[in-house]
Amino acid sequence: MADVVVTGIGAVTPLGVGAETLLREWVAGNDGIRGGEAPCADFDPRTVMTAKEARRADRFTQLAVGAAEEAIAQARLEDLDGTRVGCIVGTGIGGIETLENAHTTLGAQGPDRVPPLSIPLMMSNAAPAAIAMRHDVRGPVFGVVSACAAGAHAIGAAARTIRCGDADVVITGGAEASLTPLARAAFAALDATSPTGESRPFDARRNGFVMGEGAGVLVLEDRAHAEARGAQILGVVSGYGATADAYHLTSPRADGSGAAQAIGAALADAMRGPDEVDYVNAHGTSTPQNDRAETNAIQMALGDRAAKIPVSSTKSAIGHLLGAAGAVEAIATLLALRERVAPPTLGWEVRDEGMDLDYVPGAARPLAVTGDRAAVGISNSFGFGGHNAVLVLEGTP
Amino acid sequence: MSSTDTTTVEQKVFEALAALGTEAEITREASLEELDVDSLDLAEFAQIIDEDLGVRLEGKDLKDVKVVGDVVDLIAARVDA
Repeated sequence: MADVVVTGIGAVTPLGVGAETLLREWVAGNDGIRGGEAPCADFDPRTVMTAKEARRADRFTQLAVGAAEEAIAQARLEDLDGTRVGCIVGTGIGGIETLENAHTTLGAQGPDRVPPLSIPLMMSNAAPAAIAMRHDVRGPVFGVVSACAAGAHAIGAAARTIRCGDADVVITGGAEASLTPLARAAFAALDATSPTGESRPFDARRNGFVMGEGAGVLVLEDRAHAEARGAQILGVVSGYGATADAYHLTSPRADGSGAAQAIGAALADAMRGPDEVDYVNAHGTSTPQNDRAETNAIQMALGDRAAKIPVSSTKSAIGHLLGAAGAVEAIATLLALRERVAPPTLGWEVRDEGMDLDYVPGAARPLAVTGDRAAVGISNSFGFGGHNAVLVLEGTP
Repeated sequence: MSSTDTTTVEQKVFEALAALGTEAEITREASLEELDVDSLDLAEFAQIIDEDLGVRLEGKDLKDVKVVGDVVDLIAARVDA
């Protein structure tokens, strides 16, 4: 079975444009949360798209293209046979800004004035379609939809696509741009978002997530293919586990059993045991329910190892990027493994009863990895609907 | 039809085409192909022309049109009608 390696990464996040920027800023203890939300204020779509391309793309697609350009440039894909390249990109909601604007026009001006671009911009597969058109990608191209697990499910699907031989290279990740009046109001109505605008994953005072936007894109590749063309190998996607809670529309199973099953499946897929795990990049949303259930899941899946390794949440620095979260966090995990650093869970100060993992409070610290072996990490993603997607990622030695 | 009407229509057509994001120079002689105008653009263009000039264009109206001047003349004739 093919070994799936990473040959390009790109990210547009509330910490700035660029994958390296994400890790550097997070490790330095900086966050991109402004006024209770986490926008990608530094991103200008015109730096990567013509005026015509930009107006034919909802913001979530623009963010995806921005991240993809960085990843594809790094992987140097220009000379490949497009029929052997795929593109699989997840989103939680898709082009909701386009939908809201079109609906406003419908109400105010009637059906004759609804923009003809409404559907092709809002469709949840618009991001992979745009990337495919820009780069002549003609293999398997589609979107993945599983709320806040979509980015991780997309990466898992991409790894499987390579492993089973359907493509040599798959451009994959997730994108989200839902800082809109409707999404804001709807998440608030669910009591899902923090009323105080604070992201404090695993802290006893956590009271909801902070909504962010952004995109993360990875170029995954069959190792033999990457080595044959001399591509730089940035890391390995060695395991993927996907399960469902089959329990509740928005709440996770409190005991974390569905998520634990996904962690176990991902480790088995990677042929790694709990004692080989050096770092867990948690889903860690800062909601009361997720963070407790996820703590239980990590303890259930990793046993005694759970208390011995650092567990931190990227959402403490950039908020919750929904369908982009799994992809952006996989990139953060890969870079952290490469640098052998555990970035901090910002804002964690007060231990909650029964939540006793090492959440890396305060500041980043080195991972306890010695010798020339690759550091091994887990990246968790869970979504409304009870979707659990877990990746096992490995740095390069 | 007076020349003023044609000038007004031409200005509206040029503005509408520019709004679609073309980066090529818009002239009466420019072909829609050169301006990278496709079926999605024509759908948007028709909506703008309906709103601004009250002329309803359908898909078949623009099927055989090649250059911008043809579009201007077609619409000007309808405004006049």
